[in-house]
Amino acid sequence: MLPLLLLAPQLLVSVVFFFWPAWQAVHQSLYIPDPFGLKSQFVWLGNFEFLLGDQYYRSSFWTTAVFSVLVTAVSMSFALWLAVMADRLIKGSTTYRTLLIWPYAVAPAVAGVLWLFLFNTRVGLVSWYLAQVGYEWNHVLNPNEAMGLVVLASSWGRISYNFLFFLAGLQAIPKSVVEAAAIDGAHFWKRFWTIVFPLLSPITFFLLVVNVVYAFFETFGVIHTITSGGPQQATTILVYKVYADGFVGQDLGSSAAQSVILLIVVGILTVVQFRYIERRVHY
Amino acid sequence: MAGITLDSVRKSFGKNEVIHGIDIDIRDGEFIVIVGPSGCGKSTLLRMVAGLETVTSGDITIGDRRVNDLEPMDRDIAMVFQNYALYPHMSVFQNMAYGLKIAGTPKVEIERRVADTAKLLQLEDFLERRPRQLSGGQRQRVAMGRAIVRQPSVFLFDEPLSNLDAKLRVQMRLEIKALQQKLGVTSLYVTHDQVEAMTLAERMIVMNDGVAEQIGEPRDVYAKPATNFVAGFIGSPPMNFFGPSALKGYTGDSGGTLGVRPEHLTLCDETRGRLSGVAKYTEVLGAETLVHLVMNNGESLTIRQDGDSPAPDPGDNCFADFESSNLNVFDSQGRRVT
Ligand SMILES: Nc1ncnc2c1ncn2[C@@H]1O[C@H](COP(=O)(O)OP(=O)(O)OP(=O)(O)O)[C@@H](O)[C@H]1O
Ligand SMILES: [Mg+2]
Repeated sequence: MLPLLLLAPQLLVSVVFFFWPAWQAVHQSLYIPDPFGLKSQFVWLGNFEFLLGDQYYRSSFWTTAVFSVLVTAVSMSFALWLAVMADRLIKGSTTYRTLLIWPYAVAPAVAGVLWLFLFNTRVGLVSWYLAQVGYEWNHVLNPNEAMGLVVLASSWGRISYNFLFFLAGLQAIPKSVVEAAAIDGAHFWKRFWTIVFPLLSPITFFLLVVNVVYAFFETFGVIHTITSGGPQQATTILVYKVYADGFVGQDLGSSAAQSVILLIVVGILTVVQFRYIERRVHY
Repeated sequence: MAGITLDSVRKSFGKNEVIHGIDIDIRDGEFIVIVGPSGCGKSTLLRMVAGLETVTSGDITIGDRRVNDLEPMDRDIAMVFQNYALYPHMSVFQNMAYGLKIAGTPKVEIERRVADTAKLLQLEDFLERRPRQLSGGQRQRVAMGRAIVRQPSVFLFDEPLSNLDAKLRVQMRLEIKALQQKLGVTSLYVTHDQVEAMTLAERMIVMNDGVAEQIGEPRDVYAKPATNFVAGFIGSPPMNFFGPSALKGYTGDSGGTLGVRPEHLTLCDETRGRLSGVAKYTEVLGAETLVHLVMNNGESLTIRQDGDSPAPDPGDNCFADFESSNLNVFDSQGRRVT
């Protein structure tokens, strides 16, 4: 009885905030409510059928893939590079670290607004410089530039987080192992790729999972403030589409069906990551 | 093959100087042991030779090259670390082959050399294992193998046995000695264990606080310690020290310190005994017995005698004597006079 009692709060939270909404999503995905929300019509898998036939929905899948791969790659590689450089420093590494942690404290929506100002087509500092060198920046009209900007803004805050983990990982590698490699004849980058990076793989794997999940779900604020999913849905990732169709488009049945699909996608992704990538991780 | 020369080598970390000028000429193939208490700068000195620490001033020469500004990989050395520093994500084979691979050695040659080394160290059955699947002694062997397989001209050891249990330590000590004699590679070996130092060294450097107190063959260092630090550090139980006034009939300088090793003292009767004290306790070790006395001036005196000699009871008044040639005299700076 006691164990159950102690587990109760945790179970309650899971039920109220996860299982109940998930169940609601599954339930609603099978219905189409009428425009006034008074009655619902059971349509079986009609919502899903419609979605999979929808060209915009399919391209949103592709957008999400591109977006999350880019965000993960940019934020992790840049963070790793910074961490390697910080690890080489003996003096001043604390200052460096503190400076690099700040971006993490900035809320995604605020970060989005900051980047929006920098790249604003009329008053933005960066777009002004780009204009000086002859490049006409306009992410409001150009889908690739829009994607680039949301990737940049989403990656920016993640760099601090990834940096901290990479730096901690680097500092946990015994110095003497790296020194042994130096005596064995390996120069800096050789040591990095043959010793340091493999020993960092548990951290890299962890960050991979966390960053993909972040790119999927937590970039809403950035996308909403910068592009609102545009132009022509070029930056509408799956999560944003759930919002856009459900709250803006008031198509609750479709929105619920999308949530269910998203749930399945994340499940598959997690299993794949643990099954196939973890095997290559040296603990 | 190469000798090593250190020429007034100094090292500072920031403003704090930890090595205060060390000179030594190491012959090709010689086995040198650096011994001293914790924090005296042994590792720092070794790491300067390895190229893992910069040299603040002075010169280090390996063979006929000044190596101060060379990277570790260009010094033709190999090092065995205290924690072994094996590559945890590589098999034993890969650990040993790593350096050869980087040097661009042909694959067949790598396999042959690793196989030879593995055989030498009885590691043939473990080549496919990861370091964490090995015992401490086996890891130690792999670390040695990784050093040997590259055929460097100098071996550097930083307390390679201190993580092993006492029995294994004795066994590995003998193996290292035999290996080094077989391979004839110049070796620099750091330890704080004086027994290891005495048994392994052709010559030893006794360090204290960043200074080489004495450099010499173990036998000479033991018999004629250059300072009272060396006299107290080498030998177990350590040398007895006492003021000149404690020694009956001593006519030399009254400012310094006198020393006699425990095994040179024998219990005797009052008429012959130049040292006297009250027996405190005895330690029976089997083959030998240690008798601890407290002299009248409060200094303690340890006598090492055969296990079958009669030992005094606690509280007995005792007298001890020694051959005068075994008396060590140190001046007030602690330097040896005779
Ligand atoms: N990187 C460093 N920065 C500052 N001081 C250091 C550094 N490395 C060593 N020291 C100092 O230099 C002195 C000598 O250290 P070292 O490691 O050479 O001692 P050691 O003789 O090897 O001792 P042990 O037997 O405990 O290993 C110590 O006082 C130590 O605090
Ligand atoms: Mg040390």
